[in-house]
Amino acid sequence: MWEQIIANRRRSALLITGMAVILLLIGFTGGELLAPNAGVLGLLFALLLWGGMMLAYFTSAESILMAGAYARELKREDSPQLFNIVDEMCLASGLGFMPRIYLIDDPAPNAFAVGRKPETSSITVTTGLMYRLNRDELQGVIAHEIGHLKNRDVQFMTLAAVMLGSIVILSEIVRRSLWYGGRGRSRSDSRDGKDGGQAQAIILVVGLLFAILGPIMAQLLYFACSRKREYLADASGAQFTRYPEGLASALEKISQAHVPLSFASKATAPMFIVNPLTAASEDGDESDSVFSSHPPTSQRIKILRAMTGASFTDYEAAWRKAKCGSLIGAQTLQSAPTEPIRAPSNEGPIQSRQDAHDVARRASGYMRLKCNCGLEISVPEGYEQDSIRCIRCGSILPIPSAGEGEAPAEPRRPDSAVPPVIPLAPLQFHRTSTGWESFRCACGRTVQLSPAFDAPQIRCTACGRTIEVT
Amino acid sequence: MGIGIIALVFVGLVVVVLAWVAGAYNGLVRLRNQLENAWAQIDVQLKRRHDLIPNLVETVKGYATHERETFEKVIQARNMAVSAKTVGDRAEAENVLTGTLKSLFAVAEAYPELKANQEFMRLQEELSSTENKVAFARQFYNDSVMTYNTHIEVFPMNFIATMFNFGRREFFEVKAEDEREAPQVKF
Repeated sequence: MWEQIIANRRRSALLITGMAVILLLIGFTGGELLAPNAGVLGLLFALLLWGGMMLAYFTSAESILMAGAYARELKREDSPQLFNIVDEMCLASGLGFMPRIYLIDDPAPNAFAVGRKPETSSITVTTGLMYRLNRDELQGVIAHEIGHLKNRDVQFMTLAAVMLGSIVILSEIVRRSLWYGGRGRSRSDSRDGKDGGQAQAIILVVGLLFAILGPIMAQLLYFACSRKREYLADASGAQFTRYPEGLASALEKISQAHVPLSFASKATAPMFIVNPLTAASEDGDESDSVFSSHPPTSQRIKILRAMTGASFTDYEAAWRKAKCGSLIGAQTLQSAPTEPIRAPSNEGPIQSRQDAHDVARRASGYMRLKCNCGLEISVPEGYEQDSIRCIRCGSILPIPSAGEGEAPAEPRRPDSAVPPVIPLAPLQFHRTSTGWESFRCACGRTVQLSPAFDAPQIRCTACGRTIEVT
Repeated sequence: MGIGIIALVFVGLVVVVLAWVAGAYNGLVRLRNQLENAWAQIDVQLKRRHDLIPNLVETVKGYATHERETFEKVIQARNMAVSAKTVGDRAEAENVLTGTLKSLFAVAEAYPELKANQEFMRLQEELSSTENKVAFARQFYNDSVMTYNTHIEVFPMNFIATMFNFGRREFFEVKAEDEREAPQVKF
């Protein structure tokens, strides 16, 4: 809802304006200090610097974070339940496009969303998240991430980050040129008169103050922005799922997991649902400092659990009880009256721990071989041998070369003679319509043929019999 | 010169008002389009549900060969839902369909072989997720209707709305099936 974005932007716009003011002030006073009446030049320089950094951002590749984290893109058949959950949340939010879904094989539960443009947006989850959370909780986390995408938080925080970067660079420049150029100037100016020297000194002090404090103030504003957007994403998540307890208990589980995330760094931390750097420590994510990118998790959980309904209005009411001021703009609240909370779904995790790892391995190109004893073996890409030994029963399984597809190989027993397999004659089936049709195999299994099916034959999944389709 | 300035200010004001009207109109158009898109999404999900049902019936038929009545009810309800036209009819038909599906799954409970069948489990997951998606699509549609209705009724906007004929839209209400069924007496 574009309305929400505008209403929320109003609050965030204030914070960004604050940063812009700091940037321009530093530019102006820096310019003034370096040469009299060069304040405007300094201003222009500041703007140019900011413009240059924005350009660099927009033309750069987006995949830096993903590459560092070994995230693998998932296809729908890899994890249909996960795709279903994302589908549901896209519908509930009216996002309009389906983000790509990535999986990271890491036991730490966490998730993040990135995306400059709709076509390149993506949501990433870890396997740790998939097997620890039940369906309602996972839905809550995905709803939170989609809330970020819907509220355009990624673009917004990037704008703030670029501003912060420009301010830091600019103040660095001003500080250095003051340090090296200031002393020379004051010596030459003092010949003009005592008054000129005093005014210069005052401007010097003020300029230094801006140059030193500017970055700190800008950082404060940046992190305040980040925290506000996290709360907003929580509110959006509750509105979309109509079940705030799901997200609340997900946050609880994540913050209690105490497993460090292996690839997060200070630069990438703001994008995760819970700060990965502090989540692993003993007291969890309770840092209430003004420099933390995420609000303390206990606060987020408290507000979610204090909600008496499931819409933005209810989140705002819970927020006001816990903190002062307001979070959500009036226009958004107007069109989001209180909504009842739905009943929990009581479904368990969508994947077991082993299955979650399997999904990640399959997405990484591992091949699955099924041994006769029932064990399934994952063979990594690039495995050079042409056979592998089953660790349970000792049979040697040949590895089909690439191009043979997923046909499971026939295992050879090393000692006993293998009775020759006499292939049964293929069954025949004649299609009579262009819609869905079903065919009963000789083993008793029903085989479904979709309207889009147009291959000449199909194999029965239960007994392996070939069925010719005409 | 005095008149010149007044004329300039007047022209400026007119330009500002026109710009505001244009912006407001565009906003309403955007909201209305979002609404219609949301309605179309509900359609997509409902259609998906209709497409899944024949498969499901076939799969269950393979195991529970004596429950013909249940199957017929499901197929009938599905056909009614496909052919319903008005919003009210559709809501009702979908409700009836949900009821028949419940009884179909109840039948499936009695056949443990069926419950273990891969195809049946896949269809069950697909159907249940489609039900969820229908619910969420409906939720978003109702949210959009709420936003739209509020927008055309607040003070400055209501003039634009009436000027350009933006009317109120109704919600996609689904009444509980229990309320609508008359009590049946069986001897």
